Amino acid sequence: MRVSVTVNGQNYVREIEPRLLLVHFLRDELGLTGTHWGCDTSNCGVCVVQLDGVPVKSCTVLAVMADGHEVTTVEGLEKDGELDPVQQGFVQCHGLQCGFCTPGMLMTARWLLDRNPDPDEGEIREAISGQLCRCTGYENIVRSIRWAAEKEASV
Amino acid sequence: MQVPASFEYERAESVPHALELLERYGEDARLVAGGHSLIPMMKLRLAQPDALIDINGLAELSHLGVDGDTLVIGALVRHAALLADEVVGTYFPIFHEAERVIADPVVRNRGTVGGSLCQADPSEDLSAAFAAVRAEAVILGPGGSRTVPIREFHVGPYETVVEPGEILTELRVPIRPGAGSAYEKVERRVGDWPVAAAGAYLRLDGGVIAEAGIGLTAVGAEHFTAPDAEAYLIGKAAEEAVLREAARIAAESCEPQADQRGPVDYKRHLAGELTYRALSRAAERSGS
Repeated sequence: MRVSVTVNGQNYVREIEPRLLLVHFLRDELGLTGTHWGCDTSNCGVCVVQLDGVPVKSCTVLAVMADGHEVTTVEGLEKDGELDPVQQGFVQCHGLQCGFCTPGMLMTARWLLDRNPDPDEGEIREAISGQLCRCTGYENIVRSIRWAAEKEASV
Repeated sequence: MQVPASFEYERAESVPHALELLERYGEDARLVAGGHSLIPMMKLRLAQPDALIDINGLAELSHLGVDGDTLVIGALVRHAALLADEVVGTYFPIFHEAERVIADPVVRNRGTVGGSLCQADPSEDLSAAFAAVRAEAVILGPGGSRTVPIREFHVGPYETVVEPGEILTELRVPIRPGAGSAYEKVERRVGDWPVAAAGAYLRLDGGVIAEAGIGLTAVGAEHFTAPDAEAYLIGKAAEEAVLREAARIAAESCEPQADQRGPVDYKRHLAGELTYRALSRAAERSGS
């Protein structure tokens, strides 16, 4: 069936099967491979994107459900050639090693800071509790998100 | 790659339209909302519906608020919305305590209250919470709507009284002044299904228990409740020995199964201990 989805502000129209998952639509149909595809069971959180501004696990959302809606992926975080503060935070605080979980972490971190600009460590850990990182032990991810919060507060 | 088998997809534009689509596609159609139970089951071919009817756009099922002396929760209310609602937290802390330990924040953004109940997983948390507070489920079908006590809603694992062609539209929970509630869960890791969990609801009147609700999940409690333990509590003071005895009766009434989450005796122990803790906190929170 025909779907029309706005991804990172750009409209895409595609003919797809209803069973196509949003993560594969983004990666295979649109070539937006920044969104990673991991456990396929909504556990690991590497596939998190924002659907109408709310983070969801895109391996458990059908692409047809996004018809007429807005999706934001990690590719949409950068504005005017400048990385989003959460991306800068991950750079500054070494918030990743292998990078597999990073796109999902960034999308949830952005959502957290949009709702709560000054989260404490517990709130950050709660927000990312549905996302697995096997490299950092989460310590540097928490620092990265705190760095972004402080950066945004200082502007 | 795990991908569901092929199916027809329809987007319902209204509740009557959803009913019409259910009738058109018959028994092999399934409603889908959050999809966080159904889509994984479809990937594994544990479910293979011919048609999915998407009800995500039906704002009339997303209502959440107080109607007179009843809390009304639309079937399409997301877990995150139930958790964020201050009125819910004021009247029924049991729902907030249960929601905080259901999956994770991102899954809670998508999964729905109605979907969780209709999935009828024997380890589901809200089933115990709604059983404890004696909610009613409103089910709409071609012939009109009917109201079913939540304790008659589940007829077995993964089975409810919702017939093909019907939709669960809302949950109704009576608000009683002075009642207290709480939820206690033990899980192996954050966001996991419970090893065991218990919810409690108590209303005191003149220093004695006038109304008692106990909800249990993951421990093989029939209809997610422990009626003998509830009956024991009525008319007694909410003191430690009484709550301990009720918890013991509740644990005895369970039929837990041994699995990767633990052996039978451990789960039964948890059922008793968590019931006691939930009852204690519900008693602290109940007035007079």
